[in-house]
Amino acid sequence: MSKYLLNKFLFTVDRDPELVERYRAEPRATVEWWESARANRILGCHADESSTWLCFEDAEREALAAHDYPRLFELGAHPFLTLTLFIAMFERDHPPLGFQTEYARRLAHVRLPYPDIAT
Amino acid sequence: MAELVAVVASTHHPFYYRASTATGEERPPFADEWVRKVEAFRQTLTRARPDVLVMVGSDHFHQLWLDNMPQFLVGKAPCYDGNFFNEEREFGLPRLVCAGQEDLSAHLLREGLDAGFDLAFSNELRIDHSITCPIITLRPQNDLPIVPVYTNIFAPPLPRPKRFVQLGRAIREMVESWPARRRVAVIGTGHLSLELGGPRQFGPHGPDPEFDRKAVEWISSGDVEGCLAEVTLDSLHLPGNATHGFMDFMLMMGVAGDGRKADYVDTYDLFHTMEAYFTWYPDGGGRS
Repeated sequence: MSKYLLNKFLFTVDRDPELVERYRAEPRATVEWWESARANRILGCHADESSTWLCFEDAEREALAAHDYPRLFELGAHPFLTLTLFIAMFERDHPPLGFQTEYARRLAHVRLPYPDIAT
Repeated sequence: MAELVAVVASTHHPFYYRASTATGEERPPFADEWVRKVEAFRQTLTRARPDVLVMVGSDHFHQLWLDNMPQFLVGKAPCYDGNFFNEEREFGLPRLVCAGQEDLSAHLLREGLDAGFDLAFSNELRIDHSITCPIITLRPQNDLPIVPVYTNIFAPPLPRPKRFVQLGRAIREMVESWPARRRVAVIGTGHLSLELGGPRQFGPHGPDPEFDRKAVEWISSGDVEGCLAEVTLDSLHLPGNATHGFMDFMLMMGVAGDGRKADYVDTYDLFHTMEAYFTWYPDGGGRS
């Protein structure tokens, strides 16, 4: 399981306006491109000094490709990163705070303790 | 020596800026009272006439990332740009630039390392809303140099609550041993109960009003030992999944001092969170 890589996807997409729109419009293609081109990029290093070992597990890749944020929560993705990016993509389709309350409703089945988010 | 003239602890609600500047139909019904409370709180800092601000906050995965995550970090730079793209996008926060007080940063780093805190540092730090929100609420003219101190309340494994209190106590000692005739305020922001990205988020109140009531009592009465007896890394999951930000309030209790009652306390029950505002005026801080 690679909670770190899930978080890295959410983190790097969220901070790039062009990638936010691309992930909203074409989630599966964006996830595939990102995993092949960006997953191993160390953020503070030159591209020639990338890592060699990072990849998603199938369930992680599918959750991202399906915009399935309840599943990302179950997989232990950092809830702040998931929330921030999904607000950026979908708040615009709802009345004020409507997306945030729907988000809570879709997680209403979750009980404590929540999935471990330690990486 | 420097004088610690005020200790200020607050929540940092990123929606305050937008709510307080909105007009007409855009202005939420709770905005006027919120502005009144914040402006009264601001006066508690103004009255202390600080020259320098030490500002304790926590980066929300903006510049600090999981490939190199410090537990406690002191900014040491002549300037700090403020706010990030996603904070402009989601909260409407403005970009700003704060001046840095580099010699105080150097003093905190040297003395902190010597006191057993392995502090990280940054010579190019962009500050996020945990520090820019209190600039907006408490010092909107943004005319004082700052020293940012970041804590990790966000990316486990986290330091335990006691470590936050210990660092707060150390920050007070270090500020009071700074050999500059300056008036220093220490400002820190955190959360009471808070849920982000979970089923209890964005409710009509904070997710755990009973925790909030106890937390306000601990802080306002300076009950450091009572707070430490109940609050653990595990227990903080119960009031809401982002409640570890309460440890920044515990750090500020360490700055204020054990048993030291706050001189100013106010709260505001909003959707999503309980806002809380505290100020202490140390009476033994001046040695100049």
